[in-house]
Amino acid sequence: MRITCPYCGTRDIREFAYRGAAIDANRPAPDAGAAAWDDFVHLRDNPAGETQDLWYHEGGCSAWVMVTRNTVTHEVLECRAVKP
Amino acid sequence: MRFSALKVFTQGLSGNKGWTPHWRDPEPKAEYDIILIGGGGHGLATAYYLAKNHGMKNIAVLEKGYIGGGNVGRNTTIVRANYFLPGNSEFYSHSLKLWEGLSSDLNYNVMFSQRGLINLFHSDGQRDAFARRGNAMVNQGDDAVLLDPDGVRKHLPYLDFDNGRFPIFGGLYHPRGGTARHDAVAWGYARGADQRGVDLIQNCEVTGIDIENGAVRGVQTSRGPIRAKKVAMVAAGRSGQVAAMAGMRLPVESHVLQAFVTEGLKPCIDHVVSFGMGHFYISQSDKGGLVFGGDLDFYASYGQRGNLPMKEHVMEAAMTLMPMIGKARVVRSWGGIMDMTPDGSPVIDTTDTDGLFVNCGWCYGGFKAVPASGYAYAHLIATGQPHETATGFRLDRFRTGVGLIDEEGTGSQHNLH
Ligand SMILES: Cc1cc2nc3c(=O)[nH]c(=O)nc-3n(C[C@H](O)[C@H](O)[C@H](O)COP(=O)(O)OP(=O)(O)OC[C@H]3O[C@@H](n4cnc5c(N)ncnc54)[C@H](O)[C@@H]3O)c2cc1C
Ligand SMILES: [Zn+2]
Repeated sequence: MRITCPYCGTRDIREFAYRGAAIDANRPAPDAGAAAWDDFVHLRDNPAGETQDLWYHEGGCSAWVMVTRNTVTHEVLECRAVKP
Repeated sequence: MRFSALKVFTQGLSGNKGWTPHWRDPEPKAEYDIILIGGGGHGLATAYYLAKNHGMKNIAVLEKGYIGGGNVGRNTTIVRANYFLPGNSEFYSHSLKLWEGLSSDLNYNVMFSQRGLINLFHSDGQRDAFARRGNAMVNQGDDAVLLDPDGVRKHLPYLDFDNGRFPIFGGLYHPRGGTARHDAVAWGYARGADQRGVDLIQNCEVTGIDIENGAVRGVQTSRGPIRAKKVAMVAAGRSGQVAAMAGMRLPVESHVLQAFVTEGLKPCIDHVVSFGMGHFYISQSDKGGLVFGGDLDFYASYGQRGNLPMKEHVMEAAMTLMPMIGKARVVRSWGGIMDMTPDGSPVIDTTDTDGLFVNCGWCYGGFKAVPASGYAYAHLIATGQPHETATGFRLDRFRTGVGLIDEEGTGSQHNLH
């Protein structure tokens, strides 16, 4: 698998650390309650097929990259920078 | 048919023409009392103990592929009871006891080989942690021996003891640990369940779970709808998809774990050896192949095959630990889908839907669990109460934060186990 960092170009996955499903954008409010936080921290769609996850360009420019890829074929379909 | 030495002998004399298939190939009935979704080790063992321990008869195991085609036939077959935390300890201890009687219970040779497992350590801190773990194992009634470097050397003379980065400080020896023939475990439980009247239905993919007024009514399958009073999910790496059919989201992310085997060699590795610092472990199969593996690839995957970086990492760890392995040739590698939970421990529980049960989250350690998981899941399905060895495997522990079983102590979060 190779991931295209928006700043550094296409790189081997060795350079990236995997964070997991791209849920961080939907972080619940601190007082959203146990169910919302359980959902956010633990529960996953875990799709067999297209998914979006977050990768950190640890061995490069330290950017966070949102990767759209296929969990069955390992195809990387789209990579874009995560804006804070 | 019962297997015996006499049977093998007389069959040998008559050209082995009298063997019959180990289980039937029945058509699905319109309705069952209990349907199990998934014919892996856990599903088959559950069916077996439902019939054997609870006298249940009208049961089907629905398997989308063939018996033994999932993780139960893809793992590296290590069996051990060296867990530390309450919740895990009593469960894996029970499993090991079931393993010790399994071949005779099933009348099927699962080739359970208690060759002993040695976990190596490389620092004072690690030694303390393993001493503590060993004490927990002994307290649980299992066996553990703390070895110093000379003690390790007696068992494993071929290791690189003075490695610059990971000198060997000793090992935690678990003599009752070992390996088993994974396919035989699936086949033995399948045959045992079939003999007790369970229908094993292969090439039958569950595509929907029917729920009415909060109670389960049956399933939709690639071979038509089947009604059931109780439905039990036990689909390992595919648990997320199956649970979604019941409108559930699970605390599970599926990852790929790889394994490797070399060409057959003369006996050289007599134990199971685990090198935690290098995420590497190895044993030798009865056919002679060195069977070894490492850590997850560490990204969500249903690929059943991994990428190159982890292959290289595993080979490097092997060379670090036992340079002699460089002469062996790897002939095969493969991957399996692991149902990873945030705390690295499994779930055996009821759900919010009446009559629907969930068994998942075995991560990369569910082969050793097969007997006890089947035993406990059968108990839960039959009686509605958790078995005494599996009271900790609750689904709600993640939401409440109470009773997390984080064996590695790394935190209850995806991607840390
Ligand atoms: C490389 C590797 C090494 C491992 N090493 C070890 C080890 O040394 N020791 C250890 O204890 N554990 C080990 N494990 C883990 C262990 O193999 C698993 O935790 C365990 O086998 C999972 O349970 P199972 O046997 O029931 O799974 P599976 O055999 O995967 O069974 C699940 C079944 O469900 C079926 N299924 C899925 N969806 C559906 C559907 N919709 N309808 C019908 N059927 C469906 C699948 O086809 C599959 O057959 C290893 C795993 C891997 C991949
Ligand atoms: Zn970059």
